[in-house]
Amino acid sequence: MIVLEKRPQPSRFWVVGAPVLAVVLTMIAGGLMFASLGKDPVEAIRIIFWDPLFSERFAGFSRPQLLVKAGPLILIAIGLSLGFRAGIWNIGAEGQYIVGAICGAAFGLAFWPSAHPLIFPGMIVAGLLGGFLWAMIPALLRVYARTNEILVSLLLVYVAEAMLASAATGWLRNPEGSGFPGSRNLARHPGTDNPELIAGTGMHWGVLAAFVSVIAAYVIFSRHILGYQIRLAGEAPRAARFGGVNAARLVILCMGVSGALAGAAGLFEVSGPAARISIDFNVGYGFTAIIVAFLGRLNPIGILLAGILLALTFIGGELAQLMLGIPAAAIQAFQGMLLFFLLALDVLANFRVTWRRKATA
Amino acid sequence: MTALLDIEGLTKAYPGVVANDDVSFSIQPGEVHALLGENGAGKSTLVKMIYGLVTPDRGTMRLRGAPYAPPEPRAARAAGVAMVFQHFSLFEALSVAENIALGMENPPKPRDLAARIREVSETYGLPLDPFRLVGDLSAGERQRVEIIRCLLQDPKLLIMDEPTSVLTPQEVEILFHTLRKLAAEGTAILYISHKLEEIRALCDAATILRTGKKVSTCTPREVTAAHMAELMVGKSLSVPARDAHEPGAVLLAVAGLSLSSGSPFGTSLRDVTFEVRAGEVLGIGGVAGNGQDELLAVLSGETPVAGGAVTLKGVAVGTLGPNARRERGLLCAPEERLGHAAAPDMSLTENALLTGRKRKALESRGFVDWRRTRDFAEDIIARFDVRTPGPGVAARALSGGNLQKFVIGREILQDPTVLVVNQPTWGVDASAAAAIRQALLDLAQKGAAVIVISQDLDELLEISDRFCALNEGRLSPPRPARGLSMEDIGLMLGGAHDMHEVAL
Repeated sequence: MIVLEKRPQPSRFWVVGAPVLAVVLTMIAGGLMFASLGKDPVEAIRIIFWDPLFSERFAGFSRPQLLVKAGPLILIAIGLSLGFRAGIWNIGAEGQYIVGAICGAAFGLAFWPSAHPLIFPGMIVAGLLGGFLWAMIPALLRVYARTNEILVSLLLVYVAEAMLASAATGWLRNPEGSGFPGSRNLARHPGTDNPELIAGTGMHWGVLAAFVSVIAAYVIFSRHILGYQIRLAGEAPRAARFGGVNAARLVILCMGVSGALAGAAGLFEVSGPAARISIDFNVGYGFTAIIVAFLGRLNPIGILLAGILLALTFIGGELAQLMLGIPAAAIQAFQGMLLFFLLALDVLANFRVTWRRKATA
Repeated sequence: MTALLDIEGLTKAYPGVVANDDVSFSIQPGEVHALLGENGAGKSTLVKMIYGLVTPDRGTMRLRGAPYAPPEPRAARAAGVAMVFQHFSLFEALSVAENIALGMENPPKPRDLAARIREVSETYGLPLDPFRLVGDLSAGERQRVEIIRCLLQDPKLLIMDEPTSVLTPQEVEILFHTLRKLAAEGTAILYISHKLEEIRALCDAATILRTGKKVSTCTPREVTAAHMAELMVGKSLSVPARDAHEPGAVLLAVAGLSLSSGSPFGTSLRDVTFEVRAGEVLGIGGVAGNGQDELLAVLSGETPVAGGAVTLKGVAVGTLGPNARRERGLLCAPEERLGHAAAPDMSLTENALLTGRKRKALESRGFVDWRRTRDFAEDIIARFDVRTPGPGVAARALSGGNLQKFVIGREILQDPTVLVVNQPTWGVDASAAAAIRQALLDLAQKGAAVIVISQDLDELLEISDRFCALNEGRLSPPRPARGLSMEDIGLMLGGAHDMHEVAL
């Protein structure tokens, strides 16, 4: 009989070792799946994990995509991790991302066609503020009306999507767009654009912001009293109250920061890679970031790595569909396996697996 | 005369620890036999083997001469062995009779059962109405339900696990009366406790366990409590010592404090008023669940109240939060160690930061000085003899006693003006408990005011200058502790409502 024994302390070896083992197991299980579909498993794995970065044919296009896709995931996930560690569940980052993008784009378009150097900074502030205010709705409702922030923040995603549709087809529509939905192109206009900072890397202001947020979160969690209070509130709420942590203030702070970062991610996307407000502007970064946050064990460095890994499987997965004709569903199953192994092996950090003869108790 | 129960070489090992190592003793019919030992000495494992909850690795038991190896409690009950657990297993929404019927193999008709309950309760002096809801009963009355449930099986051996920990002194007297009567009729009683005076009053023989081994036997009436304590601990214990002194200025005052409980299981505080002076230890007695947790939360600042309800050195602090009160010198140690006084999964260093943040200047401009924090944790570990590999260990890895020493040490080393502790020695072994009491007395000696909330009346009488009782959220007026008899205390605790029902 397999018995799980709780370790007196989390194992340091498995905290690092479990994700590595999970990737290896995913490669084995995924390879078996690809082989059963009649594809060469070694080639499929190589295309997913290696070619996007190092193949001469594809790397020129897909290498910059890595940071473009990882940037918003990391930025949003870092914000979410603050709340998740404290037991505050902002599930609606997707909505805050949309509202941030709308507010930022609306600010830039309000001064159209000015190219004043302060417009882009103003858009960033508007994006941060938009996401912050959208997150304040579930936060204040939780503090003052004891509603559940999971439900409220999630439902507000759909409200945000409706607002996005109305903006794209109505009040932010390009007046010179011959009636097609979608705003003016922000990325091709000096003053409102979020350009690639180093050619061929995909690095834009949003990616830079993501890296800065990783460092800031790392400092907060390891050195600052706020990070300590967040962990305390998540691990032992009663001890947190005894330690003088103000629960209501913490809810507003964590929801506000995660909303603002999601809003900023939306703004960087709409002024850069996506280029304009359109009906299908949001592609699920806000939801995927939840996975990134947990995959990274709510640890800033872990989130950085998880964001890059997940971005890689997205790009590599598309490439494998294109090159080998692997069905999209198989790619999703492969990504699912990765999540499954990562989360399942997590148990090794806190539990010791032992074999025991059938207990006689 | 053949022994009722003969135990020969019982051994039970768990991974990493031998709970019982070659334990042998015997119990005679009609004998009240005490099983003594510190926490972790192996008392619980031993009685679980007798009651069929745990199977021994080695060793044999004989009941009235016949081999006895119960595979499950049902077999033990069928053989005439009954047990009253420390924690009751009763349904609050059902009546006494319904609860008892639920535990029986073939319950009789409700009316017959009620009649039998009345008969047993009258015979043994355990007043109990079979039709009352268990939810309305006091802890002592609930224990009677469990005892009567056992007596209906007509047991030959009754095992009682720490039966008096939830009882008022009057209730203890009633229980002892019943147990003596049972013994006189030939029922043997195996009585587990670490209250030595009780054992001297009640028991005919005692078996003493230490770290799983039987270390001694004695006749409790013929030896002193101190001697038994030494046998239990394996070394001599010093009684906390203090010099006489004059109380100083009032440091903490609570006036007219009423607080209705937010949760349905909480207790409302009613017009609580007291004050405590420099150099004084105020003992607050009472059975847990009578407002102790609520009172501590008000004092610690977790539950803010009107400003004037709590004053510290003449300044109203009722509306302040926990850290603001700590800065002013009011420190607390709650009862629940894991999850309240300490975060279970955090290291001792991180737990040192929990309350030491302000007074030990462990942070500056929001940034934590982890080296200072670690030094503080190491200081606590060294000065309070916390047995642990180091300050990096998670709080949940410590034994209850060691964590309690850490929690109390953390507050005392911050040099409090007023220290409030709730159940400071609950679940702590005798030598650690003595160390904690001595530390509290030393703190008072240095001029701090100390409030000790405890269920352990012996402890309170030993260290308090004044004593008051908390019962159903009401605090009795404090009285000087010296000279108080157990009976006085019982009346203060509100145990008197049982007195008219039974003639002792």
